[in-house]
Amino acid sequence: MRDAAPRVLGVLLRRFGDFAAAEDAVQEALLAAAVQWPAQGTPENQLGWLIHVASRRMTDQLRSESSRREREHALVAREASVPALVGDRDDTLELMFMCCHPALSDTSAIALTLRAVAGLSTVEIASAFLVPEATMAQRISRAKRSIERSAVPFAMPCAREFDERLRAVLRVLYLIFNEGYLTSEGAELVRVELSAEAIRLARILRAALPEDPEVAGLLALMLLSEARRAARTDSRGELVALERQDRTRWDRGAIDEGLALLAAALGRGAVGEYQVQAAIAAAHDRAARVEDTDWREIVGWYGLLEQITGGPLVALNRAVAVGMADGPAAGLALLEALEQPLAGHHRRYAVRAHLLEMAGEREAAIVDYCAAASRTASLPEQRYLLGRAARLGQT
Amino acid sequence: MKFMLNQYYAPIEGVEPMSRWTPEEVKAHIDFQRRMNDELRERGEFVDAQGLTGPEQVKIVTCDGVGAPVVTDGPFAESKEFLAGYRIIDVESPARAIEIAAQASAAPAQGGVPIKQPIEVREVMSPMSLDA
Repeated sequence: MRDAAPRVLGVLLRRFGDFAAAEDAVQEALLAAAVQWPAQGTPENQLGWLIHVASRRMTDQLRSESSRREREHALVAREASVPALVGDRDDTLELMFMCCHPALSDTSAIALTLRAVAGLSTVEIASAFLVPEATMAQRISRAKRSIERSAVPFAMPCAREFDERLRAVLRVLYLIFNEGYLTSEGAELVRVELSAEAIRLARILRAALPEDPEVAGLLALMLLSEARRAARTDSRGELVALERQDRTRWDRGAIDEGLALLAAALGRGAVGEYQVQAAIAAAHDRAARVEDTDWREIVGWYGLLEQITGGPLVALNRAVAVGMADGPAAGLALLEALEQPLAGHHRRYAVRAHLLEMAGEREAAIVDYCAAASRTASLPEQRYLLGRAARLGQT
Repeated sequence: MKFMLNQYYAPIEGVEPMSRWTPEEVKAHIDFQRRMNDELRERGEFVDAQGLTGPEQVKIVTCDGVGAPVVTDGPFAESKEFLAGYRIIDVESPARAIEIAAQASAAPAQGGVPIKQPIEVREVMSPMSLDA
């Protein structure tokens, strides 16, 4: 039923405009279906049912507002021009472009995309981000108003803007994927798996743009990362670092799919940041044992990523790879250049601690693990770093 | 990013305790706090806001898990260390958290003069792990 949400919204937008009202109408139709279908039976044409209910809600809404005459005129004019066929056109891509419009902040774009494109309820999104429902409802409401104020068109962007807008969509999907996950602490915590939603949205995007290598790259990256999920936490819900993960618990199906996607994308020409990140994930996932990891290849990919996106965090990751390929001293040397750009950043301390540990400098590593632990905002990561410090302290 | 904005009972330089204000001044202060919370709700940034009962009612509990707990009643010499209230907000950046704290700090006191209360800004740790 959630798959229908963007399609119903697309029909309403073409028929009525008024993004905010249309989105509300879709939500109400979905709620009505959730209540009525179990009691009265699921209709044969689910999409048609939802469109009918949502449209009726829209017309009721529009008729009850001020400037009635104006709207009724527009309503009649529009209804006359919309073809009788319904549901044969997929507007999901236009919708994604709209929801990820650069006029919106990341937070707004994420909330709106999860609502309008993924079809999640406000409660589900609120629980995913651990905020009260009213707060998330306001966020979504404001995002919709921003869209209307900016007069974002419900249409494909022109060729000139297409690339930029697609990049915005990729970025939002990647942010959703990376939103993080709860380690299984409270069984009563019901939380939508945002990574699964991001993958679903990326698949939808790929279906709409099957030739685009970066879209394929993003989906590959997500699959290759998600494949490792089961091994990322131990039986007590604590974080397990990549080099210590039980690789038999990796999802081989997801890895195979990711590798195939990536291979097809890389052959297409210009290599973008998501393909490169996918290539790095692929290099890890191809190694049956951690000793088999081709770190030289990973160093090369990070070098390319630095050229594409730059940024000290990419350089930091490259330093890790160099440390693994050429020995910790080489990695540590690269870290010195990052002292300024990443001053006080927990990851710099964490990486340096790891390299120092590899170099056998136990005391210095413990100091840095503790420094990283006191600066990270992630509770599981903090426990992991303190655990590494404790382990070193005991040897 | 979630932040906790804390206010303590420490006396503020040049500001008398609220018990000495006029009822109108107290009302203006409370109205300010309420409007501020409403604004945060409207902006989709509000998570929680609470006032805590005063230092006179604080109890401090210590226990070794074996014997009976030791419960200490006031009055306490260091009552300024006690939390008076807090807000929890969810915002885009640390800069925005500072902005909100500044707004809270300038709440009106006697004569409507901004109180310049020190607000402690703390990032709330997340139960979510970073991707590995």
